[in-house]
Amino acid sequence: MTFPILSIIVFTPIVAGVIILLLPAERKGWIRGVALLASAVALLLSVVAYFSYDIPQGGYQMVQKIPWLPAWGISYHIGVDGLSLPLVLLTGVVMFTGVLISWGVDDRPREFFGFLFILATGVFGVFVSLDLFQLFFFYEIAVFPMYLLIAIWGWQKTREYAAMKLTLYLFIGSVVALVGALAMFFASGLHTFDMLELERAGFSGAFQRIWFPVVFFGFGVLGGLFPFHNWSPDGHVAAPTAVSMFHAGVLMKLGAFAALRVGIMLLPEGAKVHLPWIIFLALVNVVYGALIAMVQTDFKYVIGFSSVSHMGLVMLGFASLSREGYIGSGLQMFSHGVMTALFFAVVGMVYDRAHTRDIPKLGGFARKMPVVAIAFIVGGLVSMGMPGLSGFIAEFPIFLGVWSAQPIVAMIAALGIVVTAAYIMIIVRRVFFGPMPEEFEGHIGDVTPLDKLALGVLSFILIALGVFPAWMAPLVASGVNSVMRLLGGA
Amino acid sequence: MFLELQFVLPEIGLLALAGVVIGLDMTLRRAARRSLGWVTAAGLAILLGVAVWSALHPAGDEILGGMLRADTLAASFRVIIIAAAMLSVLLAMGVEGLADRGEAYALMLVATLGMCLMAAAGDLVMLYLAIETTSIPLYLLAGYLKRDTRSTEAGLKYFLFGAAASTVMLYGFSLLFGFTGETRLAAVAQSIAVGSMPRVLWVAAAMLVLVGFGFKVSAVPLHFWTPDVYEGAPTPITAFISTASKAAGFAVLMRVMLTVFTPAVAPYWVGVVVAMSVASMTLGNVLALTQKNIKRLLAYSSIAHAGYALIGLVALSPLGVASTLFYLGAYVITNLAAFAVVIVVARIVGSDDIAQFAGLSRRAPMVALALMIGLLSLAGMPPFVGFVAKVFVFAAAVQRGYIWLAVVGVLNSIVGLYYYLIVLKVVYLYRSENEAQPLPVTAPYKWALGLTMLGILVLGILSGPWFDWAIRAAGSIY
Repeated sequence: MTFPILSIIVFTPIVAGVIILLLPAERKGWIRGVALLASAVALLLSVVAYFSYDIPQGGYQMVQKIPWLPAWGISYHIGVDGLSLPLVLLTGVVMFTGVLISWGVDDRPREFFGFLFILATGVFGVFVSLDLFQLFFFYEIAVFPMYLLIAIWGWQKTREYAAMKLTLYLFIGSVVALVGALAMFFASGLHTFDMLELERAGFSGAFQRIWFPVVFFGFGVLGGLFPFHNWSPDGHVAAPTAVSMFHAGVLMKLGAFAALRVGIMLLPEGAKVHLPWIIFLALVNVVYGALIAMVQTDFKYVIGFSSVSHMGLVMLGFASLSREGYIGSGLQMFSHGVMTALFFAVVGMVYDRAHTRDIPKLGGFARKMPVVAIAFIVGGLVSMGMPGLSGFIAEFPIFLGVWSAQPIVAMIAALGIVVTAAYIMIIVRRVFFGPMPEEFEGHIGDVTPLDKLALGVLSFILIALGVFPAWMAPLVASGVNSVMRLLGGA
Repeated sequence: MFLELQFVLPEIGLLALAGVVIGLDMTLRRAARRSLGWVTAAGLAILLGVAVWSALHPAGDEILGGMLRADTLAASFRVIIIAAAMLSVLLAMGVEGLADRGEAYALMLVATLGMCLMAAAGDLVMLYLAIETTSIPLYLLAGYLKRDTRSTEAGLKYFLFGAAASTVMLYGFSLLFGFTGETRLAAVAQSIAVGSMPRVLWVAAAMLVLVGFGFKVSAVPLHFWTPDVYEGAPTPITAFISTASKAAGFAVLMRVMLTVFTPAVAPYWVGVVVAMSVASMTLGNVLALTQKNIKRLLAYSSIAHAGYALIGLVALSPLGVASTLFYLGAYVITNLAAFAVVIVVARIVGSDDIAQFAGLSRRAPMVALALMIGLLSLAGMPPFVGFVAKVFVFAAAVQRGYIWLAVVGVLNSIVGLYYYLIVLKVVYLYRSENEAQPLPVTAPYKWALGLTMLGILVLGILSGPWFDWAIRAAGSIY
């Protein structure tokens, strides 16, 4: 038997989470130590897994299958392909940097890291699942701890409301999708939840037309698809920094990824019928999200709505039903994950020192915390899709794909990018440059070395992908092959 | 005949254990009587082992002249019931007024005996006797705290409602006997199948019988007693009624409805049960939203859970029976965990108000974690057992084309999640003045919490063997 690297990646966080929960509460140093160690292990293993994937061979690799509930044809079945592997790496990165940035959490750090790591296991689990039941199992594990993480450690003003709203939205989405999954299980007649077999089930056209929207929107809720996006800015804003990073950076990808894997790949005929109109919803995401972000005065809300806008691009790529579109979406999921984690980290650092996120009240932070300002500018340029950075690598193929499907949509969506450029530049000017208000003079210091390390890691990835896309693009393209095979079949 | 007694070994053991407990109660000094709980729990643990053994080696058919059926379904319910009784006894060990009363333990054992017989009854007479053997001790136990007016009220209310439901059910039995001339369930079923009874009358009989069973499982519209009784009764007894008694109710409900009124001949009651299921889920969950008292909240949630379990019944399939059985096992173990935490907290703070749970996560992090696991399992979150259990019943519904019913169930589980989260919010988020004081957890509660947590995780993650067991049990009916 080969080394079960994916299983170890999936279960490292939850094992660490349980160990942390069993440590005495006053041993805060140990708790942080275990957290850092576990996240470093998970990151390291994700990197190893990432670079050991054999691209020419393609398909699912590092597969492991163990019967779990044989009576239902459910097994513990994991493996990665070119679409999921970048997301596994992304989760490892966000988890590691999230721990670095949360070093200062002082209220019950034991529970904080414990819940955060249980959530991380859920996220890893979804990305590597090749079994539909198992996917739901991990999906719910990823959703729930969010409630406590936001409600306990979140921003006092809105945390109770936002946490409840987010949890209920996501739970509704997932259980609705679950009914769709059960329908697929019985309709296939194969008596299995194995997604590789369900891909070949040959569902009838009518069945696919009915159930595709159920499954796609069920997961699309977590992907922030309009009009089910509105839990997301509230949730992101109320969450503590590391949780916002996780949430916008990784969890929204979870929704988009599951919508792709379960919705589009298992019900391709339904996808072909419905995606041509869903493209307009995605377009609303892109443009409307950017416009709303533009008029916000709360720094964190700007970033929250920018996530809605950028996730719209992912959905737009899916809905283009073209090869370029899917490659772009695959890259965009990774790129946006890193970028938004960076943004939320920056917002958190500014807020921790200024105790306000009101953009008009801020200013001049570049002088006090230059590293943070540089990191934010890197993220901002990525967000605008500047060539040489990962955003361009991701967004360009999406626009190519959308252009081939619906030129008008591509043109309107491009407006979203212009608006994005506008709000990013406004923030850079207002928050980081200009005069610093007197009240901040004197007591605003620089960020800690750990924070700088986290920002450095995230910025490095964004730049590396921009200047040298070959370390990810061929991988994603190999993953897209199997999607296109399913879509092109009939 | 004599050999057949091996299949009722757990029941014989329960009776003997009740005798031992009463005997010790009379001979021991008052201070020593506190350890009677350990005697009872240990005895039940041994009987649990016997019951498991006997479930794995069922006779498969009627025994004792057709009075009882020794099949896997009955034996599986017996395992659930005895496990619930054992945990409830552990929970009773820290409650003033129950802990040192041998007769309370003896009454619980007799009620357990009745429930085991309910699950196995193969004859109308046996069935009625078993139901009454269960009910009468429970009426007494609900009103056991004589100086507490709410407990007395609970006892009286439970008795009045129970007696009325029982009478109605008995009338149904008499119709069945009057027209078929048989008391054995199998014979009654055959007689109905050949048309010995006018359709109107057996539909009426089915409805009358449903009243009695619906009361036992507290399904809407026969749920009115539930909140008051659950709130007023001593909490361990509430836990016992809400788990073991409900499971036993489902055992008879499934056996009688699916074998006597076989769906092939009599699909008419199915619509009624579908309506009961939808009403129980919806009403239970919606009314739970506004509760301020944790016991009332759990009462309404238990009504809702009866609704989910009924989904498995109306699927009228082996998968449906298996999923209901699995659901009940999951529900019993999870609900006992929740009640265990309620008692641990209420013993110290002296109240069942949800507001009193504020600051629990700081005061006793492990107890708070146990409550979280319990409530999340009730809400149906993985990796806890409530998730797989819900997936199974919804799957049973989807398999039979009841997609809308699965959707109603799904929407209800969202409402459920909301009020469980509200409780968790109080536990984890709100502060209280007394959060620096420790919250001692005595040995019986450590055992009860440990065992239920283990059950919730093992059944939830390694569900395979247990579900295969449930499928085998469903084979007793189909």
